[in-house]
Amino acid sequence: MEDTIAAIATPSGEGGIAIVRVSGENAIELVDKIFLPVAGGRSLQERAGYSMGLGWVLDREGQKVDEVLVSVMRGPRSYTTEDVVEINCHGGLLPARRCLEEVLHRGVRLAEPGEFTRRAFINGRLDLSQAEAVIDVIRSRTDKGMRIALRQLEGGPGRKLREIEERLIGINARIEASIDFPEEVGDVDEEAAARELLEVGRELEQILDVSRRGRIYRQGIKVVIAGKPNVGKSSLLNALLQENKAIVTDIPGTTRDVVEDYLNIRGIPVRVMDTAGWRETKDVVEKIGVERTREVIAEADVVIVVLDVGAGISQEDLDIRDLLAGKKTIVLVNKEDLPEKRITTQELEEMFGDWPVIRGSVKEDMGLEELEQAIEKLVLRGEVQADDMEMMVNLRHEEALHQAKVHMEAAKMALEADLSLDCLAVDVWGALEALGEATGRNLREDVIDRIFEEFCIGK
Amino acid sequence: MESHDYEVIVVGAGHAGCEAALAAARMGCKTLLITLSLDGIALMPCNPSIGGPAKAQLVREIDALGGEMGINIDKARIQIRMLNTGRGPAVQAMRAQADKEVYQKEMTRTLLAQENLELLEAEVERIEADSGQVEAVVTDSGDRYRTKALVLTTGTYLKGRIIIGDISYEGGPHPLPAATKLSENLRELGFAMGRHKTGTPPRVARESIDFTRTEEQPGDDRILNFSYMSPKKKKPQVSCWLTHSTPRTHEIVMQNIHRSPLYTGVIKGTGTRYCPSFEDKVVQFADKDSHQIFIEPEGLHTDEMYIQGMNTSLPEDVQLAVLHSIPGLENARVLKRGYAIEYDYVVPSQLRLTLETREIHGLFTAGQVNGTSGYEEAAAQGLIAGINAARQVKGQEPFILKRSEAFTGVMIDDLTTKGINEPYRLLTSRAEYRLLLRQDNADLRLTRMGYQLGLVKEDRFRRLQQKVEKMAEVRQEMEEYRIKPGHPEVEALLAERDQGRLRDAVTIWELLRRPEIGMDDLVQAGLVSEEVEEEIRSQLEIECKYEGYIKKQVEQVERFERMEAKRIPEGIDYDEVPGLSNESRVKLKEVRPESIGQASRTPGVSVADVNVLLIYLEKKRRSSEHERGFAEVQGTAAGRE
Ligand SMILES: Nc1nc2c(ncn2[C@@H]2O[C@H](COP(=O)(O)OP(=O)(O)O)[C@@H](O)[C@H]2O)c(=O)[nH]1
Repeated sequence: MEDTIAAIATPSGEGGIAIVRVSGENAIELVDKIFLPVAGGRSLQERAGYSMGLGWVLDREGQKVDEVLVSVMRGPRSYTTEDVVEINCHGGLLPARRCLEEVLHRGVRLAEPGEFTRRAFINGRLDLSQAEAVIDVIRSRTDKGMRIALRQLEGGPGRKLREIEERLIGINARIEASIDFPEEVGDVDEEAAARELLEVGRELEQILDVSRRGRIYRQGIKVVIAGKPNVGKSSLLNALLQENKAIVTDIPGTTRDVVEDYLNIRGIPVRVMDTAGWRETKDVVEKIGVERTREVIAEADVVIVVLDVGAGISQEDLDIRDLLAGKKTIVLVNKEDLPEKRITTQELEEMFGDWPVIRGSVKEDMGLEELEQAIEKLVLRGEVQADDMEMMVNLRHEEALHQAKVHMEAAKMALEADLSLDCLAVDVWGALEALGEATGRNLREDVIDRIFEEFCIGK
Repeated sequence: MESHDYEVIVVGAGHAGCEAALAAARMGCKTLLITLSLDGIALMPCNPSIGGPAKAQLVREIDALGGEMGINIDKARIQIRMLNTGRGPAVQAMRAQADKEVYQKEMTRTLLAQENLELLEAEVERIEADSGQVEAVVTDSGDRYRTKALVLTTGTYLKGRIIIGDISYEGGPHPLPAATKLSENLRELGFAMGRHKTGTPPRVARESIDFTRTEEQPGDDRILNFSYMSPKKKKPQVSCWLTHSTPRTHEIVMQNIHRSPLYTGVIKGTGTRYCPSFEDKVVQFADKDSHQIFIEPEGLHTDEMYIQGMNTSLPEDVQLAVLHSIPGLENARVLKRGYAIEYDYVVPSQLRLTLETREIHGLFTAGQVNGTSGYEEAAAQGLIAGINAARQVKGQEPFILKRSEAFTGVMIDDLTTKGINEPYRLLTSRAEYRLLLRQDNADLRLTRMGYQLGLVKEDRFRRLQQKVEKMAEVRQEMEEYRIKPGHPEVEALLAERDQGRLRDAVTIWELLRRPEIGMDDLVQAGLVSEEVEEEIRSQLEIECKYEGYIKKQVEQVERFERMEAKRIPEGIDYDEVPGLSNESRVKLKEVRPESIGQASRTPGVSVADVNVLLIYLEKKRRSSEHERGFAEVQGTAAGRE
């Protein structure tokens, strides 16, 4: 059997349940470490093949992460023919993600795109005729993942990551130069190294923190609130934020021209986007430009177009409507608390076709529940996919950062315990290699290059 | 035209050639070693030293496998030191200064005494191959020597060109000529060739140096040997000397930089970053106003001193002015000037991990001809090429060392997989499992293999077995024997080290794990017998103190080896593999990795490509199984009729 891997299996379509799938030689034993069966229940290792157990996933502090149903399938009678454990999280994607994290922290490796399928094929579960299809899956998922990863690395956090990478390369190079060229380079300044390791460790912690709060990378489904000025968009956003405890607050130091906020709508991570200045300016389209509005809308999975029942449907509303062709759109007719109603059902039908329409009032908290249901319905019907790919990429980065941090801590301990340089090097290499996983680069050569750039070698 | 028959022919008697020839002959093959000059055997044309980080590990590995370099340097050395003593056991490395003349003499003697081995002075001009199988070599005199396997170890001689200032001429390392025809012949045979540049510093007369203005660098005052087989006795040591370049030196260089062939464009080969010329150092590290210069004797009975750190191809008058600006060298008399040398090499991605060329069956290349630098790198390759040539002749399986087994394996895998754009030098940083690949445990790693290959003799193998047994026995004792609180010697020791008294019983092994306790303390306290050899003691100490780290690396190795175990069939057609990215298709076709592990290390090949490859291989396997099954069914049907 191969090493143990885990990932979130495709979550859409099943009423908010997401599955964490674990496969490989130690799958059962490792998941057991985080699984607390309900009173009287058996541990996974004691379970027969093909059985389900109810219980909780615990984090390292012993806190319950989610109530789960865990099924054990012993190889070869499983999808991959290896020992497989599936953790069904009914809290949806977000708790599933946390469960996955816990699994990963017990030494399970995050699966590569298509790796389960690859294993199923190699191990004879899928027949020959499916080979090409398997290759397609791997290829397309990888390519998509790479596109997402690239986009993520281009942003501010990506820059930060590369900065850390650069510094770690520097530390590595100093240690390695001292080992490989002792006479030319001399000793490593251990105090300086310790200081730098500490600093880098702290920076890592910081981005990890930011990332954990879900803000750093894109994930979940993207909802854009559109509408002409004064219809109540900001009010809607605030109301949604208040009801659904925002997952994150703003992060200082990251510059964006789009204000984004995350919501947890029935377990689905939802990122609500509002263009910058939306709140201040009275003429959005003019201020941010049609182009930018188009861009924001293009990225959206769902658009909520807001109308003001007191103002009636104007040309401006229709212009916005025209920008939304082909989008999953929900129409919210706002301010229904006002006595004067200038929008009729007939008008709506004529002008907005079969887009779902909700009548309500942000001010009076009417229709918001309905709105959330409408979003959920789109997601669950599979019309909008909560992007598990993005989440996986995101998680891969985080996992890499986490591993890097673990190595940094070990390095710090090695320094404190006054261990020799060759041991310290193991940990510092480990940290760098973990980071390389995030950026998809093999950094060993970079270190060697750095040695020659920085030190005059050649006695 | 005369014809002679051999099983293995080795061309070139440098460090690679000597190991290759000895290995093949020792493994029982009728072997011929052809060299341009019998006086040039095992020549050290550059620095007069062997060892240093990574290189010492290589020498130890050569020795553990039954090669000659370790024994030979032990005979020829005039100084030995242990480097990196403060940086941990994994990176400790010996380095010896050699008496160059003795080194050559001893190696020549060994070659001459070797059974199955003949030596011949000639220039090989041509390799003959028939339908991809090597057949013979033809020398400058037109003689033809037939062979089943051929190992090419021609160093920096291929189309060698010496450059000093604005003078340049054809030539090999001083004082030998270049080999020009052979390089052309290799191109004709279809090999991609590259061009490298390296250099050497001037040699200065000992009596012209004022050593009072330099700093003495003596050898270590303890018994150190490269070879596990060398007698453990002390030898007299001579010193090296350290001085520094001055701002004046750098000024002279800058004033004359326009006369350097590196800057006039005369030199086209790629130079080394780890062994730059002095003028390069001055230009690239302009902020440093001083560089270290080591003065090293080239032997006990020669006046020549090697000016380490002074590689240069500046014109002769500038070389002199530069030297005279350095403390201690004010009146230096130059015996040999420094020069740069350019030469052709075989692009090593054309090689298998056995160092056999893919193009021509039976043709192996090893050493600097593969684009590496260094005597040790050359020798280790020579050994592997010689072993594999012999094994091929005898119809045996290839012998390949993995990255997890030896630095030699790291080097050859790097060369064949990653490609090179400068002369390749092994660094300990290139090894992922450095903690396991130490110079101290080379015998434990490799001597058994050397024995199986027929290169390590019975007595040596028995010694290894005894050592292994003894180590296991002592370790078991240390892990089992419990020291109770109140143990007088131990409590005294702990008190002396400012440690608290024992609270619970501990094993000797646990005690040793404490940073403040060393193996010597245990011996003194009577917990480990004085009779246990020093070598075993220090190895156990490493195993104990570094247990956690070693375990981590062992686990990594297990994962690594799983990927290595997945073989890629020889004839795979990458154009037929669907779903590979274009970049990786190109690289895979070039490198032709032998395992999935090697494929994953090939630059440009992503994880997805590796997964796609795995599926393709499985598909292939199943369809061929299917076909076989089909054929069998037909066979039985036919039989019944
Ligand atoms: N009566 C009423 N007023 C609302 C409602 N929603 C928003 N408003 C008001 O409409 C105005 C414009 O709201 P705002 O959220 O800034 O609109 P935006 O320009 O679309 O972001 C504010 O004065 C709000 O208090 C609603 O449901 N009923």
